[in-house]
Amino acid sequence: MNEFIENRLNVNRRHFLGKAAAGIGSLALGSLLVPDLFRGGDEESDALPLGISHFAPKAKRVIYLFQNGAPSQYESFEYKPMLNKLAGQDLPDSIRKGQRLTGMTANQAKFPLVGSHFQFKQYGQSGMWISELFPNIANIVDDICMIKTMNTEAINHDPALTFLQTGAQQGNRPSMGAWVSYGLGSDNKNLPAFSVLLSRGKGNGQGVYSKLWTNGFLDSTHQGVVFSSGEEPILYLNNPEGTDRTSRRKMLDNLAELNNMAYDDFGDPEIKAKVQQYEMAYRMQTAVPELTDLSKEPDHIIKMYGPECLVPGTFAANCLLARKLSEAGVRFVQLYHQGWDQHGNMVGEMPLQARDTDRASAALITDLKQRGLLDETLVIWGGEFGRTNYSQGTATKDNYGRDHHPRAYCTWMAGGGVKPGTVYGETDEFGYNVVRDPVNIHDFHATVMHLMGLNHEKLTYKHLGRRYRLTDVAGKVLPGLMA
Amino acid sequence: MVQPIRNVIQWVVRFRLALLTGIALTSLLTACFFTTNRNTGSVTMTMPDEVDYNFHIRPILSDNCFMCHGPDANKREANLRLDTEADAYAALKENPKMHALVPGDPLKSAIWLRITTKDTADVMPPVNSNLKLTEHQIALIEKWIKQGAKYKPHWAFIAPQTPKLPEVDDEDWPRNEIDHFTLAKMTEMGLEPNPESDKERLLKRVSLDITGLPPSLDLQKRFLADKSENAYEKVVDELLKSPHYGEKMALQWLDVARYADSHGYQDDGLRTMWPWRDWVIHAFNQNYGYDKFLTWQLAGDLLPKATKEMMLATGFNRNHKITQEGGVIDEEYRIEYVTDRTNTFGKTFLALTYECAKCHDHKYDPILQKDYYSTFAFFNQVPEKGLFGTIDASFADPPNMKISSQDVKDILRFVNKKDTASVMVMVMKDADTLRKTHILSRGNYDQPSEIVSAAMPTFIMPFDKKKYPQNRLGLARWMTDPKNPLTARVFVNRVWQEFFGRGIVKTVGDFGMQGELPSHPELLDWLAVDFRTHNWDMKRLVKQIVTSATYRQSAQITKDKLAKDPENVFLSHAPRLRLPAELVRDLVLTSSGLLNPEIGGPSVKPYQPKGLWEVATSGRGSLARYVQDHGTALYRRGMYVFIKRTVPPPSMLMFDASNRDQCEVKRSRTNTPLQALVMLNDPMVLESARVLAEKLMVEKTSADQKIEKAFRQILCRTPKDKELKVLQKYFADEKTTFSSTPKKAENLLAVGETPHATVADKPATAALMQTLLMLYNLEETIML
Repeated sequence: MNEFIENRLNVNRRHFLGKAAAGIGSLALGSLLVPDLFRGGDEESDALPLGISHFAPKAKRVIYLFQNGAPSQYESFEYKPMLNKLAGQDLPDSIRKGQRLTGMTANQAKFPLVGSHFQFKQYGQSGMWISELFPNIANIVDDICMIKTMNTEAINHDPALTFLQTGAQQGNRPSMGAWVSYGLGSDNKNLPAFSVLLSRGKGNGQGVYSKLWTNGFLDSTHQGVVFSSGEEPILYLNNPEGTDRTSRRKMLDNLAELNNMAYDDFGDPEIKAKVQQYEMAYRMQTAVPELTDLSKEPDHIIKMYGPECLVPGTFAANCLLARKLSEAGVRFVQLYHQGWDQHGNMVGEMPLQARDTDRASAALITDLKQRGLLDETLVIWGGEFGRTNYSQGTATKDNYGRDHHPRAYCTWMAGGGVKPGTVYGETDEFGYNVVRDPVNIHDFHATVMHLMGLNHEKLTYKHLGRRYRLTDVAGKVLPGLMA
Repeated sequence: MVQPIRNVIQWVVRFRLALLTGIALTSLLTACFFTTNRNTGSVTMTMPDEVDYNFHIRPILSDNCFMCHGPDANKREANLRLDTEADAYAALKENPKMHALVPGDPLKSAIWLRITTKDTADVMPPVNSNLKLTEHQIALIEKWIKQGAKYKPHWAFIAPQTPKLPEVDDEDWPRNEIDHFTLAKMTEMGLEPNPESDKERLLKRVSLDITGLPPSLDLQKRFLADKSENAYEKVVDELLKSPHYGEKMALQWLDVARYADSHGYQDDGLRTMWPWRDWVIHAFNQNYGYDKFLTWQLAGDLLPKATKEMMLATGFNRNHKITQEGGVIDEEYRIEYVTDRTNTFGKTFLALTYECAKCHDHKYDPILQKDYYSTFAFFNQVPEKGLFGTIDASFADPPNMKISSQDVKDILRFVNKKDTASVMVMVMKDADTLRKTHILSRGNYDQPSEIVSAAMPTFIMPFDKKKYPQNRLGLARWMTDPKNPLTARVFVNRVWQEFFGRGIVKTVGDFGMQGELPSHPELLDWLAVDFRTHNWDMKRLVKQIVTSATYRQSAQITKDKLAKDPENVFLSHAPRLRLPAELVRDLVLTSSGLLNPEIGGPSVKPYQPKGLWEVATSGRGSLARYVQDHGTALYRRGMYVFIKRTVPPPSMLMFDASNRDQCEVKRSRTNTPLQALVMLNDPMVLESARVLAEKLMVEKTSADQKIEKAFRQILCRTPKDKELKVLQKYFADEKTTFSSTPKKAENLLAVGETPHATVADKPATAALMQTLLMLYNLEETIML
């Protein structure tokens, strides 16, 4: 096994510098911003020496529009008229097949099936069924691949989210974005390889946790960096009151002079690296606000994403920001939109959540496409599990709720080597069980990594005696999802 | 940027070549692969005269073969096992004419034939494993077989004996036993120790290492003026008596014990385990023996006549996360808590990767799945629920203990309770009736199989049921039995890591087959036995380390040393380590005089960028919003900053602090631009610079004197002339600038809630503040 791959980014920096002799003192080895050892034109084969066996990547970057709380598939992308027909009848045991239930519905005497309150229609050449709540996504169906058969083992939010983001329900494992950062490094020296954007919807929310974008046992340079489109796009980025850029520059010059004196005394390469970190911080102070300033976006872009995109912290603003970060070379942009946990009041909350996300999600795809970036950008849209086909509590004529359902739910992907205009997998008439082409979380991870040009079985990191990977000991690449 | 990138690529290629020829495999640095070529002075890999199983062969076999031919019986391929001598020598099950190993004869040994064959269908490790042996590894195995293919027991599972002190050429250098071991190793590697550090830097290092705080100006002056032979020892004794010693020692223990102020998981409500933290600080300050420290935490509740203090100590095993997510399955989470305790116990006290045996037999170490659940049984007796209640149902789920004001007056005097209200803490307790423990198939809570009883794996040390009760107290007795091969070694190694940045066994959490070998095996054993036979005295151990000549070296790194030993495995200079996150804060607050040195009590909420909790919360519970504290609570030490698990304090994480999700025995030390941004822009740092500047401005001293004094407070040494010149010029320039833009001076000085001192010359104050901010941002400032 290739120790180089395992060690290359985590090996002690002194070791690097000690071994590497002259000529590299000034390079951004200590960059947050993961030293970009592995990119690069003609020398790519050299830059990925003993590598991870490399098929050519289909996608260079990922934008993951995570819908946190678990959007109901039945009110969005899974058209199951049978449920409307059988409304009120009990979920047959022959369908449930002993599926364990959460504590919220386990004690229900009945599991009354309930159909979508919202109308479905077919769209595009692909004829995909989409609910009336998502008119904009309906317009881009021919660009997306709709997975109907995502499935997970967890039935509660925390373990399911953690599983989907890190490959394990428990434990402090690195997040997908951290793995990609570790495997591929950054494409922009002034930006982190892994960025995170948070927003909240109006529906019942479940919160997010920083362990979802953790570096786990990888070096903390692979940790997701939270961005916002607000006044301070990255924590601690802004100079204090009374300090301008000239003044900062002057301080840094003096600082470097003093630090270099210490280097002469100690000979520690860490000191040189530190000077570089300060320079990079200084560059970020200009590069990042320029990038995150959405106010200069042209009108047609604002129109496309909707006026909300100018309000910092909204999903729309984050979609636009995600496009800009991605365009600037950020490998993995992870959005979380909260509020999708409709145990009750489906009819009231689902339209609000859909309104928050529909237009901007579709705009992102269109925007990337118009810029010629969709082919190399993988966009993912989905939550941590699905929802039950029966009502939590009593379904009334006007309203109902749905509990968590792990066996099958919808997630869509677009761009980056994904087969457009297709529906992948099929569930039974109840939407409860997979009848064809299941996609479990490990398969999903393996496929995303594959699209990024990474072999999920070879991208490993040795920690406490064991070689860990995102897909643990499972996962298979699913060719049916790929163009 | 084209040129640098090309450089990188060229360099990568060079580095790769270095790897291929085996020069830079860090994981092997500690082994005897490396001998020094005295002629060239370079460290190269050579073929040893005698190939040693533990040092040369087991790392290869473990890493490449044991996964399929190791302890895990369920996944064993071809029914062949290579981790034990008897199995490896036996006739192959699939081909009784052949043997995996025939001592003395590689050509008859299936192992050697299979690792050298060109047939890709036959070659071992198999192609699809993504593993491949190097030429050097194959040559080692060949030589080992020729020499008789002798197995040896794993070093960590043999109880340590006191080794003889190695003889050294320079008998004047060693100050205590430690130095004999390190010097002998240095000599072997062609290295020489650095001279002793200058007094100022040594004082800074030892003060931060022992108390976590920089030395006061007063202490600096006293130490410099003390010309006596034992001036340093006197300072060490003084520092060891400081109540801040307990805080510093507690810091690493809080990582190990995954201490936090919230329950974790999605709703992440408040918990009140801080009295347990107060106890840890107290225990270190009272210098409890490690045996007592360990026993009380594991089994204080089971001791005869258990006191409230002993009960409080058991909070260690309740610091794991607890879910409050409505709708979870109770048993799933109860099992999760017991799992966390079991894994934490394995990592903390045994340095074994116990968690690997939860779902199947361990792939590398001889821990069977049955062993896992036998240990699990000790922690499986707590009368607790997986889901006690949803958010804010309880700050301390049962079993718990009430601490009243009377308790604090009587026995728990160290608990820093702020008001008359009682506080509840979670503690350990065993239910009256024994809960049956099953092996869980594939680790699943709902797939119980065979019933097991509480016991420990025999390969470590037999758990004698006649000698030890079959409960956590028995477990503690087993741990502290003089024959236990791991307890003392594991702890001593982690303390060593605290002072040198790296354990004698680098993998402080893994002493098993896949762990690294000790760089100084005899030193580790010597320290372990010495520690145990001197009443597990922790302060004594710390004193031994910091008074050694090894520790007292200067931190200079010569090119020669950097080339020969870039990771400083052989300790030929003092380490230069960036301070842990909490101590960065402590250093800034202390040197500015802002620190509130109060010990213990509930955690505090200092300045934090707006909206971090609010954007990530489920909206439920008392921690949905961050309500910042005011007054002196803003200036408590870093270890008291409130840790909400789902949103840990951001600047702490940027400086590599643990998120307290799980037991952690080692932090990484990174150097990133985000850290630079914190040091330049965090209001805590800015306020410290402002407050110190104002204090100095009020003093009747010259500008140069102010700068020099600040330098000594922040850097803990006297500035050099050339440094002063830079600072003086910078200050003068800034003063000119601010004089022409007084509004900017006002704005800069406005930072922080500490009331302003009355200063006449605001531009000068602002300029001084900028100068101090620069001092805080010097690389050296936050380095040991």
